[in-house]
Amino acid sequence: MSTNLANLLYLISIVSFVLALRFLSNPAHARRGNQIGAAGMLLAIVVTWIRVGSTGWWAIAIAMVIGGGFGAVAARKVQMTAMPQMVALFNGVGGGAAALIALAELHRVLPEPGAPTADISLGIALSALIGSISFAGSMVAFAKLQELIGGRPITYVGQQFVNGALFITALGCSIALVSGVQDEWLLWVTILASLAFGVLFVLPIGGADMPVVISLLNAFTGIAVALGGFELQNNLLIVAGMLVGASGTLLTLMMARAMNRSVANVLFGAFGQVSEAAAAVAAGDGGSVRSASAEDVAVMLAYAHKVVFVPGYGLAVAQAQHDVRQLADLLEAKGVEVSYAIHPVAGRMPGHMNVLLAEANVPYPQLKEMDEANPEFSRTDVAVVVGANDVVNPDARNNQGSPIYGMPILNVDDAQTVVVLKRSMNPGFAGIENPLFYNPKTVMLFGDAKASIDQLIADVKPL
Amino acid sequence: MSHNTLLVFEITILVLAIFLGIEVISKVPALLHTPLMSGTNAIHGVVIVGAMIVLGQPDKSAFTWIVGFAAVVLASANVVGGFVVTDRMLEMFKSRQRPKKPEDE
Repeated sequence: MSTNLANLLYLISIVSFVLALRFLSNPAHARRGNQIGAAGMLLAIVVTWIRVGSTGWWAIAIAMVIGGGFGAVAARKVQMTAMPQMVALFNGVGGGAAALIALAELHRVLPEPGAPTADISLGIALSALIGSISFAGSMVAFAKLQELIGGRPITYVGQQFVNGALFITALGCSIALVSGVQDEWLLWVTILASLAFGVLFVLPIGGADMPVVISLLNAFTGIAVALGGFELQNNLLIVAGMLVGASGTLLTLMMARAMNRSVANVLFGAFGQVSEAAAAVAAGDGGSVRSASAEDVAVMLAYAHKVVFVPGYGLAVAQAQHDVRQLADLLEAKGVEVSYAIHPVAGRMPGHMNVLLAEANVPYPQLKEMDEANPEFSRTDVAVVVGANDVVNPDARNNQGSPIYGMPILNVDDAQTVVVLKRSMNPGFAGIENPLFYNPKTVMLFGDAKASIDQLIADVKPL
Repeated sequence: MSHNTLLVFEITILVLAIFLGIEVISKVPALLHTPLMSGTNAIHGVVIVGAMIVLGQPDKSAFTWIVGFAAVVLASANVVGGFVVTDRMLEMFKSRQRPKKPEDE
Protein backbone atom coordinates (compact mmCIF):
# COMPACT_ATOMS: atom_id res chain seq x y z
CA MET A 1 0.00 0.00 0.00
CA SER A 2 1.39 3.42 -0.91
CA THR A 3 2.02 5.97 1.82
CA ASN A 4 -0.47 8.35 0.23
CA LEU A 5 -3.26 5.80 0.16
CA ALA A 6 -2.48 4.83 3.76
CA ASN A 7 -2.61 8.47 4.84
CA LEU A 8 -5.97 8.95 3.11
CA LEU A 9 -7.36 5.92 4.93
CA TYR A 10 -5.90 7.26 8.18
CA LEU A 11 -7.86 10.43 7.48
CA ILE A 12 -11.06 8.37 7.66
CA SER A 13 -9.93 7.14 11.08
CA ILE A 14 -9.29 10.72 12.18
CA VAL A 15 -12.78 11.78 11.09
CA SER A 16 -14.29 8.83 12.95
CA PHE A 17 -12.50 9.87 16.16
CA VAL A 18 -13.82 13.41 15.84
CA LEU A 19 -17.32 12.05 15.28
CA ALA A 20 -16.95 9.77 18.29
CA LEU A 21 -16.27 12.78 20.51
CA ARG A 22 -18.97 14.81 18.80
CA PHE A 23 -21.62 12.14 19.44
CA LEU A 24 -20.71 12.12 23.12
CA SER A 25 -22.58 15.40 23.55
CA ASN A 26 -25.87 13.52 23.79
CA PRO A 27 -26.48 10.41 25.90
CA ALA A 28 -28.81 9.00 23.25
CA HIS A 29 -26.10 8.91 20.56
CA ALA A 30 -23.04 8.49 22.71
CA ARG A 31 -22.77 4.74 22.34
CA ARG A 32 -23.05 4.96 18.56
CA GLY A 33 -20.21 7.48 18.65
CA ASN A 34 -17.99 5.12 20.57
CA GLN A 35 -18.70 2.38 18.03
CA ILE A 36 -17.77 4.73 15.20
CA GLY A 37 -14.52 5.49 17.02
CA ALA A 38 -13.81 1.78 17.46
CA ALA A 39 -14.46 1.17 13.75
CA GLY A 40 -12.04 3.96 12.87
CA MET A 41 -9.45 2.39 15.14
CA LEU A 42 -9.95 -1.00 13.50
CA LEU A 43 -9.44 0.59 10.07
CA ALA A 44 -6.20 2.23 11.25
CA ILE A 45 -4.94 -1.09 12.60
CA VAL A 46 -5.78 -2.98 9.41
CA VAL A 47 -4.14 -0.33 7.21
CA THR A 48 -1.01 -0.42 9.35
CA TRP A 49 -1.05 -4.21 9.33
CA ILE A 50 -1.02 -4.26 5.51
CA ARG A 51 1.64 -1.54 5.30
CA VAL A 52 4.01 -3.29 7.66
CA GLY A 53 4.20 -6.30 5.35
CA SER A 54 4.80 -9.87 6.29
CA THR A 55 8.01 -9.15 8.26
CA GLY A 56 6.26 -8.53 11.54
CA TRP A 57 2.86 -10.14 11.18
CA TRP A 58 3.33 -12.96 13.63
CA ALA A 59 5.02 -10.94 16.28
CA ILE A 60 2.36 -8.25 16.04
CA ALA A 61 -0.47 -10.77 16.15
CA ILE A 62 0.88 -12.48 19.26
CA ALA A 63 1.50 -9.18 21.05
CA MET A 64 -1.99 -7.97 20.14
CA VAL A 65 -3.63 -11.12 21.43
CA ILE A 66 -1.78 -10.83 24.75
CA GLY A 67 -2.48 -7.12 25.25
CA GLY A 68 -5.96 -7.11 23.76
CA GLY A 69 -6.94 -10.22 25.69
CA PHE A 70 -5.85 -8.65 28.95
CA GLY A 71 -7.66 -5.41 28.10
CA ALA A 72 -10.88 -7.14 27.12
CA VAL A 73 -11.01 -9.38 30.19
CA ALA A 74 -10.14 -6.57 32.60
CA ALA A 75 -12.66 -4.23 31.00
CA ARG A 76 -15.43 -6.85 31.03
CA LYS A 77 -14.88 -7.94 34.61
CA VAL A 78 -14.42 -4.59 36.30
CA GLN A 79 -17.17 -3.33 38.59
CA MET A 80 -18.63 0.03 37.68
CA THR A 81 -17.40 1.39 41.01
CA ALA A 82 -13.83 0.45 40.10
CA MET A 83 -14.03 2.24 36.77
CA PRO A 84 -11.70 5.14 37.67
CA GLN A 85 -8.74 2.91 38.43
CA MET A 86 -9.41 0.89 35.27
CA VAL A 87 -9.29 4.08 33.19
CA ALA A 88 -6.06 5.02 34.99
CA LEU A 89 -4.57 1.64 34.17
CA PHE A 90 -5.45 1.75 30.46
CA ASN A 91 -4.22 5.32 30.30
CA GLY A 92 -0.91 4.37 31.88
CA VAL A 93 -0.17 1.53 29.46
CA GLY A 94 -0.84 3.89 26.54
CA GLY A 95 1.73 6.32 27.92
CA GLY A 96 4.15 3.46 28.46
CA ALA A 97 3.73 2.36 24.84
CA ALA A 98 4.53 5.89 23.63
CA ALA A 99 7.72 5.94 25.72
CA LEU A 100 8.80 2.50 24.43
CA ILE A 101 8.25 3.58 20.82
CA ALA A 102 10.52 6.57 21.43
CA LEU A 103 13.19 4.30 22.86
CA ALA A 104 13.03 1.91 19.90
CA GLU A 105 13.04 4.75 17.37
CA LEU A 106 16.11 6.40 18.87
CA HIS A 107 17.89 3.05 18.88
CA ARG A 108 17.09 2.71 15.19
CA VAL A 109 17.98 6.21 13.97
CA LEU A 110 21.19 6.77 15.97
CA PRO A 111 23.47 4.42 14.00
CA GLU A 112 22.35 6.01 10.73
CA PRO A 113 24.73 8.58 9.25
CA GLY A 114 24.04 12.18 10.32
CA ALA A 115 22.24 13.34 13.43
CA PRO A 116 18.49 12.71 13.62
CA THR A 117 16.69 15.81 12.37
CA ALA A 118 14.95 18.12 14.80
CA ASP A 119 11.41 16.91 14.08
CA ILE A 120 12.37 13.32 14.87
CA SER A 121 14.51 13.97 17.95
CA LEU A 122 11.97 16.43 19.33
CA GLY A 123 9.25 13.80 19.07
CA ILE A 124 11.46 11.10 20.56
CA ALA A 125 12.67 13.10 23.56
CA LEU A 126 9.35 14.64 24.53
CA SER A 127 7.14 11.62 23.97
CA ALA A 128 9.55 9.57 26.11
CA LEU A 129 9.43 12.24 28.82
CA ILE A 130 5.67 12.78 28.89
CA GLY A 131 4.79 9.14 28.22
CA SER A 132 6.94 7.97 31.14
CA ILE A 133 5.40 10.50 33.53
CA SER A 134 1.96 9.37 32.44
CA PHE A 135 2.82 5.69 32.84
CA ALA A 136 4.32 6.00 36.33
CA GLY A 137 1.74 8.52 37.53
CA SER A 138 -1.18 6.42 36.30
CA MET A 139 0.17 3.31 38.01
CA VAL A 140 0.39 5.18 41.32
CA ALA A 141 -3.13 6.55 40.78
CA PHE A 142 -4.31 2.99 40.07
CA ALA A 143 -2.62 1.68 43.21
CA LYS A 144 -4.15 4.43 45.33
CA LEU A 145 -7.69 3.95 44.02
CA GLN A 146 -7.40 0.17 44.24
CA GLU A 147 -6.21 0.76 47.81
CA LEU A 148 -2.98 -1.12 47.23
CA ILE A 149 -1.33 1.87 48.87
CA GLY A 150 -2.90 4.41 51.22
CA GLY A 151 -5.12 7.05 49.67
CA ARG A 152 -3.89 9.70 52.10
CA PRO A 153 -1.42 12.28 50.81
CA ILE A 154 2.19 11.25 51.40
CA THR A 155 4.44 14.21 52.06
CA TYR A 156 8.00 14.72 53.25
CA VAL A 157 10.42 17.57 53.67
CA GLY A 158 12.05 18.79 50.46
CA GLN A 159 9.46 17.07 48.28
CA GLN A 160 9.02 19.94 45.84
CA PHE A 161 12.80 20.25 45.58
CA VAL A 162 13.29 16.56 44.74
CA ASN A 163 10.46 16.67 42.19
CA GLY A 164 11.86 19.82 40.63
CA ALA A 165 15.35 18.32 40.39
CA LEU A 166 14.03 15.15 38.71
CA PHE A 167 11.98 17.12 36.23
CA ILE A 168 14.87 19.43 35.35
CA THR A 169 17.14 16.38 34.86
CA ALA A 170 14.62 14.81 32.47
CA LEU A 171 14.05 18.06 30.62
CA GLY A 172 17.79 18.81 30.40
CA CYS A 173 18.56 15.43 28.84
CA SER A 174 15.68 15.92 26.37
CA ILE A 175 17.00 19.30 25.32
CA ALA A 176 20.47 17.85 24.85
CA LEU A 177 19.02 15.16 22.61
CA VAL A 178 17.05 17.64 20.53
CA SER A 179 20.03 19.93 20.15
CA GLY A 180 21.94 17.09 18.52
CA VAL A 181 23.93 15.23 21.19
CA GLN A 182 23.85 11.65 19.94
CA ASP A 183 23.88 9.46 22.96
CA GLU A 184 21.33 6.82 23.81
CA TRP A 185 21.93 7.06 27.56
CA LEU A 186 20.48 10.58 27.51
CA LEU A 187 17.12 9.05 26.65
CA TRP A 188 17.52 6.39 29.33
CA VAL A 189 18.15 9.09 31.93
CA THR A 190 15.15 11.03 30.60
CA ILE A 191 12.91 8.00 30.97
CA LEU A 192 14.17 6.98 34.41
CA ALA A 193 13.96 10.52 35.80
CA SER A 194 10.46 10.94 34.32
CA LEU A 195 9.29 7.64 35.82
CA ALA A 196 10.57 8.69 39.24
CA PHE A 197 8.98 12.10 38.80
CA GLY A 198 5.66 10.53 37.82
CA VAL A 199 5.61 8.41 40.98
CA LEU A 200 6.65 11.19 43.35
CA PHE A 201 4.35 13.71 41.73
CA VAL A 202 1.19 11.63 42.23
CA LEU A 203 2.07 10.14 45.66
CA PRO A 204 1.35 13.33 47.64
CA ILE A 205 -2.05 13.84 46.01
CA GLY A 206 -4.99 12.66 48.10
CA GLY A 207 -7.41 10.03 46.82
CA ALA A 208 -10.24 12.54 46.56
CA ASP A 209 -8.31 14.51 43.95
CA MET A 210 -7.43 11.47 41.85
CA PRO A 211 -10.09 12.19 39.19
CA VAL A 212 -8.38 15.46 38.31
CA VAL A 213 -5.02 13.71 38.18
CA ILE A 214 -6.29 10.90 35.96
CA SER A 215 -7.82 13.42 33.60
CA LEU A 216 -4.53 15.32 33.46
CA LEU A 217 -2.51 12.14 32.87
CA ASN A 218 -4.99 11.21 30.14
CA ALA A 219 -4.15 14.50 28.44
CA PHE A 220 -0.44 13.74 28.95
CA THR A 221 -0.72 10.39 27.19
CA GLY A 222 -2.55 12.10 24.33
CA ILE A 223 0.26 14.63 23.98
CA ALA A 224 2.89 11.86 24.17
CA VAL A 225 1.09 10.03 21.35
CA ALA A 226 0.92 13.22 19.26
CA LEU A 227 4.68 13.70 19.71
CA GLY A 228 5.12 10.07 18.72
CA GLY A 229 3.48 11.15 15.46
CA PHE A 230 6.35 13.61 14.95
CA GLU A 231 8.98 10.91 15.35
CA LEU A 232 7.21 8.48 13.02
CA GLN A 233 5.94 11.25 10.70
CA ASN A 234 2.42 10.01 11.06
CA ASN A 235 -0.52 12.45 10.86
CA LEU A 236 -2.96 10.03 12.46
CA LEU A 237 -0.96 9.93 15.69
CA ILE A 238 -0.49 13.70 15.69
CA VAL A 239 -4.17 14.55 15.24
CA ALA A 240 -5.72 11.80 17.38
CA GLY A 241 -3.16 12.29 20.14
CA MET A 242 -3.61 16.02 20.23
CA LEU A 243 -7.43 15.76 20.17
CA VAL A 244 -7.09 13.81 23.41
CA GLY A 245 -4.40 16.15 24.73
CA ALA A 246 -6.57 19.21 24.21
CA SER A 247 -9.82 17.70 25.41
CA GLY A 248 -8.16 16.13 28.46
CA THR A 249 -6.64 19.46 29.42
CA LEU A 250 -9.98 21.22 29.09
CA LEU A 251 -11.72 18.51 31.12
CA THR A 252 -9.08 18.84 33.84
CA LEU A 253 -9.70 22.58 34.05
CA MET A 254 -13.47 22.07 34.17
CA MET A 255 -13.13 19.58 37.02
CA ALA A 256 -10.82 21.81 39.02
CA ARG A 257 -13.30 24.65 38.53
CA ALA A 258 -16.13 22.43 39.82
CA MET A 259 -14.14 22.12 43.06
CA ASN A 260 -13.33 25.84 43.02
CA ARG A 261 -9.62 25.13 43.13
CA SER A 262 -6.83 25.76 40.69
CA VAL A 263 -5.16 22.81 39.00
CA ALA A 264 -1.90 23.90 40.66
CA ASN A 265 -3.58 23.71 44.05
CA VAL A 266 -4.83 20.19 43.32
CA LEU A 267 -1.42 19.01 42.14
CA PHE A 268 0.84 20.68 44.67
CA GLY A 269 -1.46 21.46 47.62
CA ALA A 270 -1.33 17.97 49.22
CA PHE A 271 -5.04 18.42 49.86
CA GLY A 272 -6.60 16.49 52.69
CA GLN A 273 -4.06 17.70 55.19
CA VAL A 274 -6.61 19.44 57.36
CA SER A 275 -5.18 22.26 59.40
CA GLU A 276 -5.57 21.41 63.07
CA ALA A 277 -7.28 24.72 63.82
CA ALA A 278 -10.03 24.17 61.25
CA ALA A 279 -10.66 20.67 62.52
CA ALA A 280 -10.93 21.98 66.06
CA VAL A 281 -13.44 24.65 65.01
CA ALA A 282 -15.57 22.10 63.23
CA ALA A 283 -15.53 19.65 66.11
CA GLY A 284 -16.05 22.36 68.73
CA ASP A 285 -19.46 23.64 67.65
CA GLY A 286 -20.60 20.10 67.30
CA GLY A 287 -23.81 19.97 69.26
CA SER A 288 -25.94 16.90 69.19
CA VAL A 289 -26.82 14.47 66.44
CA ARG A 290 -30.36 13.28 65.90
CA SER A 291 -30.73 9.74 64.69
CA ALA A 292 -33.92 8.12 63.47
CA SER A 293 -35.23 4.66 62.75
CA ALA A 294 -35.95 3.45 59.24
CA GLU A 295 -39.68 3.43 60.03
CA ASP A 296 -39.68 7.14 60.87
CA VAL A 297 -37.81 7.95 57.70
CA ALA A 298 -40.14 5.76 55.63
CA VAL A 299 -43.14 7.74 56.86
CA MET A 300 -41.41 11.01 56.03
CA LEU A 301 -40.66 9.82 52.52
CA ALA A 302 -44.04 8.30 51.75
CA TYR A 303 -45.93 11.46 52.70
CA ALA A 304 -43.56 13.93 51.06
CA HIS A 305 -44.40 15.80 47.86
CA LYS A 306 -40.87 16.04 46.62
CA VAL A 307 -37.89 13.89 47.52
CA VAL A 308 -34.35 14.46 46.22
CA PHE A 309 -31.70 11.77 46.51
CA VAL A 310 -28.12 12.98 46.86
CA PRO A 311 -25.86 10.04 46.08
CA GLY A 312 -22.17 9.93 46.96
CA TYR A 313 -19.39 7.43 46.78
CA GLY A 314 -20.74 5.60 49.84
CA LEU A 315 -23.67 4.54 47.69
CA ALA A 316 -21.30 3.13 45.12
CA VAL A 317 -19.23 1.26 47.69
CA ALA A 318 -22.35 -0.31 49.17
CA GLN A 319 -23.57 -1.16 45.63
CA ALA A 320 -26.86 0.41 46.65
CA GLN A 321 -27.69 2.16 43.36
CA HIS A 322 -30.22 -0.52 42.38
CA ASP A 323 -31.89 -0.38 45.78
CA VAL A 324 -32.12 3.40 45.64
CA ARG A 325 -33.83 3.16 42.26
CA GLN A 326 -36.31 0.63 43.66
CA LEU A 327 -37.08 2.93 46.55
CA ALA A 328 -37.48 5.85 44.12
CA ASP A 329 -39.84 3.83 41.91
CA LEU A 330 -41.89 2.87 44.93
CA LEU A 331 -42.17 6.49 46.01
CA GLU A 332 -43.09 7.59 42.50
CA ALA A 333 -45.85 5.01 42.45
CA LYS A 334 -47.19 6.72 45.57
CA GLY A 335 -47.20 10.05 43.73
CA VAL A 336 -44.01 11.50 45.21
CA GLU A 337 -41.89 13.60 42.85
CA VAL A 338 -38.41 12.08 42.86
CA SER A 339 -35.15 13.34 41.42
CA TYR A 340 -31.44 12.89 41.99
CA ALA A 341 -29.05 15.76 42.63
CA ILE A 342 -25.59 14.98 41.35
CA HIS A 343 -22.56 16.98 42.37
CA PRO A 344 -20.01 17.25 39.55
CA VAL A 345 -17.33 15.55 41.66
CA ALA A 346 -19.53 13.00 43.42
CA GLY A 347 -17.88 9.61 43.20
CA ARG A 348 -14.33 9.16 42.13
CA MET A 349 -14.56 10.69 38.68
CA PRO A 350 -16.56 13.53 37.19
CA GLY A 351 -19.83 12.02 36.08
CA HIS A 352 -19.04 8.75 37.86
CA MET A 353 -22.30 8.90 39.79
CA ASN A 354 -24.28 9.33 36.57
CA VAL A 355 -22.73 6.14 35.26
CA LEU A 356 -23.59 4.22 38.41
CA LEU A 357 -27.19 5.41 38.44
CA ALA A 358 -27.53 4.76 34.73
CA GLU A 359 -26.33 1.23 35.47
CA ALA A 360 -29.32 0.93 37.81
CA ASN A 361 -31.61 2.07 34.98
CA VAL A 362 -32.39 5.45 36.45
CA PRO A 363 -33.70 7.49 33.52
CA TYR A 364 -31.25 10.32 32.95
CA PRO A 365 -33.88 13.10 32.83
CA GLN A 366 -34.26 12.51 36.59
CA LEU A 367 -30.58 13.26 37.17
CA LYS A 368 -30.14 16.93 38.03
CA GLU A 369 -26.79 18.65 37.87
CA MET A 370 -25.81 21.00 40.65
CA ASP A 371 -26.96 24.27 39.07
CA GLU A 372 -30.32 22.77 38.27
CA ALA A 373 -30.72 21.01 41.62
CA ASN A 374 -29.78 23.79 44.05
CA PRO A 375 -32.77 26.13 43.47
CA GLU A 376 -35.05 23.11 43.92
CA PHE A 377 -34.01 22.28 47.47
CA SER A 378 -36.06 25.10 49.01
CA ARG A 379 -39.23 23.40 47.79
CA THR A 380 -38.03 19.89 48.61
CA ASP A 381 -39.58 18.09 51.55
CA VAL A 382 -36.91 15.49 52.14
CA ALA A 383 -33.35 15.41 50.85
CA VAL A 384 -31.87 11.95 51.24
CA VAL A 385 -28.07 11.99 51.37
CA VAL A 386 -26.78 8.50 50.60
CA GLY A 387 -23.09 8.13 51.33
CA ALA A 388 -22.17 11.66 50.30
CA ASN A 389 -20.27 13.92 52.64
CA ASP A 390 -17.97 16.66 51.38
CA VAL A 391 -20.27 17.68 48.53
CA VAL A 392 -23.02 18.60 51.02
CA ASN A 393 -20.75 20.12 53.67
CA PRO A 394 -21.99 23.64 54.56
CA ASP A 395 -18.47 24.50 55.76
CA ALA A 396 -17.66 24.99 52.10
CA ARG A 397 -19.93 28.06 52.23
CA ASN A 398 -19.39 29.28 55.78
CA ASN A 399 -16.12 28.19 57.38
CA GLN A 400 -13.10 29.99 55.95
CA GLY A 401 -10.78 27.67 57.85
CA SER A 402 -12.13 24.59 56.13
CA PRO A 403 -9.96 23.06 53.42
CA ILE A 404 -12.97 22.85 51.13
CA TYR A 405 -14.02 26.48 51.71
CA GLY A 406 -15.27 27.93 48.43
CA MET A 407 -16.15 24.61 46.79
CA PRO A 408 -19.67 24.81 45.33
CA ILE A 409 -21.88 22.33 47.17
CA LEU A 410 -25.39 20.97 47.00
CA ASN A 411 -27.43 23.08 49.42
CA VAL A 412 -29.37 20.20 50.95
CA ASP A 413 -29.86 22.21 54.16
CA ASP A 414 -32.40 24.33 52.23
CA ALA A 415 -34.75 21.34 52.23
CA GLN A 416 -37.38 20.91 54.94
CA THR A 417 -35.68 17.82 56.28
CA VAL A 418 -32.37 16.19 55.51
CA VAL A 419 -31.92 12.47 56.00
CA VAL A 420 -28.31 11.34 56.03
CA LEU A 421 -27.59 7.65 55.48
CA LYS A 422 -24.18 6.98 56.89
CA ARG A 423 -22.22 4.10 58.28
CA SER A 424 -20.95 5.98 61.35
CA MET A 425 -19.91 9.44 62.45
CA ASN A 426 -16.45 9.05 60.91
CA PRO A 427 -15.45 11.91 58.63
CA GLY A 428 -15.53 11.21 54.89
CA PHE A 429 -12.87 10.41 52.35
CA ALA A 430 -11.10 13.75 52.66
CA GLY A 431 -11.18 13.53 56.48
CA ILE A 432 -13.17 16.73 57.06
CA GLU A 433 -15.84 17.27 59.73
CA ASN A 434 -19.33 18.02 58.46
CA PRO A 435 -21.60 20.37 60.48
CA LEU A 436 -24.58 19.28 58.37
CA PHE A 437 -24.87 16.26 60.66
CA TYR A 438 -25.38 18.54 63.66
CA ASN A 439 -28.01 20.69 61.92
CA PRO A 440 -31.37 20.51 63.76
CA LYS A 441 -33.08 19.76 60.41
CA THR A 442 -30.94 16.69 59.92
CA VAL A 443 -31.73 13.17 61.00
CA MET A 444 -29.15 10.43 60.71
CA LEU A 445 -29.95 6.90 59.66
CA PHE A 446 -26.91 4.88 60.65
CA GLY A 447 -25.90 1.67 58.97
CA ASP A 448 -24.70 0.24 55.68
CA ALA A 449 -26.32 2.23 52.86
CA LYS A 450 -27.67 -0.84 51.09
CA ALA A 451 -29.14 -2.37 54.24
CA SER A 452 -30.73 0.95 55.23
CA ILE A 453 -32.31 1.46 51.82
CA ASP A 454 -33.62 -2.11 51.78
CA GLN A 455 -35.15 -1.50 55.20
CA LEU A 456 -36.73 1.71 53.90
CA ILE A 457 -38.20 -0.15 50.92
CA ALA A 458 -39.72 -2.72 53.26
CA ASP A 459 -41.14 0.03 55.49
CA VAL A 460 -42.48 2.22 52.67
CA LYS A 461 -44.31 -0.63 50.92
CA PRO A 462 -47.18 -1.13 53.39
CA LEU A 463 -47.77 2.62 53.86
CA MET B 1 10.05 18.12 1.31
CA SER B 2 12.86 19.16 3.65
CA HIS B 3 12.67 18.13 7.27
CA ASN B 4 12.09 21.67 8.43
CA THR B 5 9.17 22.13 6.04
CA LEU B 6 7.75 18.87 7.31
CA LEU B 7 8.16 19.96 10.92
CA VAL B 8 6.31 23.23 10.26
CA PHE B 9 3.57 21.31 8.51
CA GLU B 10 3.25 18.89 11.42
CA ILE B 11 3.12 21.72 13.94
CA THR B 12 0.33 23.33 11.91
CA ILE B 13 -1.72 20.15 12.07
CA LEU B 14 -0.97 19.83 15.79
CA VAL B 15 -2.19 23.33 16.58
CA LEU B 16 -5.37 22.89 14.53
CA ALA B 17 -6.04 19.61 16.36
CA ILE B 18 -5.81 21.45 19.69
CA PHE B 19 -8.61 23.80 18.66
CA LEU B 20 -10.67 20.97 17.23
CA GLY B 21 -10.33 19.03 20.50
CA ILE B 22 -11.43 21.99 22.60
CA GLU B 23 -14.30 22.79 20.25
CA VAL B 24 -15.68 19.25 20.22
CA ILE B 25 -15.36 18.69 23.97
CA SER B 26 -16.93 21.93 25.13
CA LYS B 27 -20.31 20.60 24.01
CA VAL B 28 -20.20 17.47 26.20
CA PRO B 29 -22.49 17.67 29.28
CA ALA B 30 -21.08 16.91 32.77
CA LEU B 31 -23.39 13.89 32.80
CA LEU B 32 -21.08 12.23 30.28
CA HIS B 33 -17.70 13.30 31.63
CA THR B 34 -16.67 9.84 32.80
CA PRO B 35 -17.47 8.17 29.46
CA LEU B 36 -15.73 11.12 27.79
CA MET B 37 -12.57 10.55 29.78
CA SER B 38 -12.75 6.87 29.03
CA GLY B 39 -13.56 7.47 25.35
CA THR B 40 -10.62 9.81 24.82
CA ASN B 41 -8.54 7.26 26.69
CA ALA B 42 -9.49 4.70 24.05
CA ILE B 43 -8.69 7.12 21.22
CA HIS B 44 -5.13 7.70 22.38
CA GLY B 45 -4.81 3.95 22.03
CA VAL B 46 -4.08 4.89 18.42
CA VAL B 47 -0.50 4.69 19.67
CA ILE B 48 -0.86 1.05 18.60
CA VAL B 49 -0.26 2.20 15.02
CA GLY B 50 3.16 3.50 16.07
CA ALA B 51 3.90 0.36 18.04
CA MET B 52 3.01 -1.84 15.06
CA ILE B 53 5.28 0.21 12.77
CA VAL B 54 8.17 -0.25 15.21
CA LEU B 55 7.65 -3.99 15.64
CA GLY B 56 7.07 -4.43 11.91
CA GLN B 57 10.42 -3.02 10.83
CA PRO B 58 12.54 -5.38 8.76
CA ASP B 59 16.02 -6.37 10.04
CA LYS B 60 15.41 -5.21 13.56
CA SER B 61 17.83 -5.77 16.43
CA ALA B 62 16.91 -7.91 19.41
CA PHE B 63 16.49 -4.71 21.39
CA THR B 64 13.91 -3.30 18.97
CA TRP B 65 12.19 -6.66 18.96
CA ILE B 66 11.69 -6.70 22.72
CA VAL B 67 10.80 -3.02 23.07
CA GLY B 68 8.46 -3.08 20.07
CA PHE B 69 6.73 -6.23 21.29
CA ALA B 70 6.15 -4.70 24.73
CA ALA B 71 4.84 -1.52 23.08
CA VAL B 72 2.28 -3.46 21.01
CA VAL B 73 1.14 -5.41 24.09
CA LEU B 74 0.63 -2.22 26.12
CA ALA B 75 -1.01 -0.31 23.27
CA SER B 76 -3.46 -3.09 22.44
CA ALA B 77 -4.49 -3.30 26.10
CA ASN B 78 -5.15 0.45 25.89
CA VAL B 79 -7.24 0.20 22.70
CA VAL B 80 -9.34 -2.83 23.56
CA GLY B 81 -9.78 -2.00 27.24
CA GLY B 82 -10.57 1.62 26.47
CA PHE B 83 -13.30 0.95 23.95
CA VAL B 84 -14.87 -1.94 25.89
CA VAL B 85 -15.04 0.02 29.15
CA THR B 86 -16.54 3.04 27.37
CA ASP B 87 -19.09 0.86 25.63
CA ARG B 88 -20.10 -0.75 28.93
CA MET B 89 -20.66 2.67 30.44
CA LEU B 90 -22.62 4.09 27.53
CA GLU B 91 -24.74 0.98 27.22
CA MET B 92 -26.30 1.98 30.52
CA PHE B 93 -27.41 5.41 29.38
CA LYS B 94 -30.75 4.26 28.05
CA SER B 95 -33.58 6.68 28.27
CA ARG B 96 -36.85 5.47 29.63
CA GLN B 97 -39.39 7.69 27.91
CA ARG B 98 -41.35 9.70 30.42
CA PRO B 99 -44.52 11.54 29.45
CA LYS B 100 -43.80 14.40 31.85
CA LYS B 101 -40.26 14.97 30.65
CA PRO B 102 -40.30 14.87 26.86
CA GLU B 103 -36.88 14.75 25.22
CA ASP B 104 -36.23 17.86 23.24
CA GLU B 105 -33.36 16.38 21.29
